[in-house]
Amino acid sequence: MVAGGSTLAVLIALFILIPLAPGWPAVKKSFFNGAVFAKTFPGLLDAFLLDVAIFAWSAPLIFFLGLLIALARDAHSPALYPVRLFGIVFTDVFRGVPVILVIYLVGFGVPGLGLPRPWNSPYIWGTVALVLTYSAYVAEVFRTGIESVHQSQRSAAASLGLSNADTMRYVVLPQAVRRVVPANMNLFIALQKDVALLSFIGPVEIFRQAGVYKSLMANFTPYVGAALIFLAITIPATRYADHLMARERRAKS
Amino acid sequence: MALLETRNLRKSFGENAVCRGIDLRIETGQMVCLIGASGSGKSTLLRCLNLLEPIDDGVILLDGDDISVPGLDPQPVRQRIGMVFQSFNLFPHMSAVENVMLAPRRVHNRSREELTGEVTALFQRFGLGDRMEHYPEQLSGGQQQRVAIVRALAMKPQIMLFDEITSALDPELVGEVLDVLRQLRGEGMTMVLATHEMGFARELADKVCFLDGGVILEEGPPEQLFSTPREDRTRAFLSRVL
Repeated sequence: MVAGGSTLAVLIALFILIPLAPGWPAVKKSFFNGAVFAKTFPGLLDAFLLDVAIFAWSAPLIFFLGLLIALARDAHSPALYPVRLFGIVFTDVFRGVPVILVIYLVGFGVPGLGLPRPWNSPYIWGTVALVLTYSAYVAEVFRTGIESVHQSQRSAAASLGLSNADTMRYVVLPQAVRRVVPANMNLFIALQKDVALLSFIGPVEIFRQAGVYKSLMANFTPYVGAALIFLAITIPATRYADHLMARERRAKS
Repeated sequence: MALLETRNLRKSFGENAVCRGIDLRIETGQMVCLIGASGSGKSTLLRCLNLLEPIDDGVILLDGDDISVPGLDPQPVRQRIGMVFQSFNLFPHMSAVENVMLAPRRVHNRSREELTGEVTALFQRFGLGDRMEHYPEQLSGGQQQRVAIVRALAMKPQIMLFDEITSALDPELVGEVLDVLRQLRGEGMTMVLATHEMGFARELADKVCFLDGGVILEEGPPEQLFSTPREDRTRAFLSRVL
């Protein structure tokens, strides 16, 4: 009741105060133009399908590469130290560089080698850039999950004569992966948004398409439309991740 | 020849010397109980026996084979030595029957179909016939610990190690787990127990070893060790726990 009342008061204030700002009529015309919105929205939705497609083929690659890197970082035998070192360097480097820089470097750099079609496609190298960056984050999440499985589980598996590989595959990983589903969901929501960064190296996805409309119509409303489309996906996904996390916390306590 | 034997087994964790030269002999079919205060080295000794902890010095002989040589593959050894832990350590994401079948399937390459008969028989033998499809969280502590015992037995070990397996149980559940041990004892299983259940040790053990300060200070048949201990420290320990 109190919450509802105060929310209402804030909303009313916003609706009254913002239009009082001196620049409001101009902003309204160039950002919230109903006619432009109606005209461009179908085209934006169409372009968004490309974002969804890039996300859809990147996500499984990120999942598996992230898992591999996490396993590499868990290699404890001295003979496998190079593997472990590779895992450490990989996560350090790709978590340490802004996504957009990786996209530029890979997306412009590799095709610059003069590769023949289709190997110079920005779709391929843009995807590679996203996969490299995001699998570094996902690997760290998996590693946290692996470390959260108590040592006694490994002892029990070892005492039964299971190999290290079987212990990881049947005992540790199934528990680890389940525990980090919410954390990974958050990363994949971020990925869905970052797909738009690929527009900088070529693909006409929603952000680029919005830019095209903006130039054609001299109006910023298409950007608002694009933002609404992203929100329509990310808000439900975020709520769902929160729900999973709350459930995880309840299960623990 | 002893089935399992240690000579001068030493193990330290950093500066902390936990086992300071342990000589232990377990004959086939014997039940040996390790008693002693917490921190006296009982659990560490058991973990060393199935190579969960590498030892610093000494030898461990299983059926006459030195299993403590550096670089030895521990897996085949562990398949011959079953172990049950204080905290059960069942795999929480698997049903009881999957817990039991995992190692035979992966290590012995046997199929579920092949295993069903003998695994079902094992569950029934220990009164768990109607609990096979349950997940660990759906079982009481006593049931979980019995499943853990069944899981170790399914590998058909030559010897079983029990690390204070009733210490984490509510008092009313201790009995059902001890009954399983009694049953195994009757079937002639070779067993080593780290335990605080003095009454049980006295009733069933062939030999009781009192560990103190990382060595076996005194050992002998239970009636002798419990009624006429030779060492002052044994007497002091027993007067505290009995």
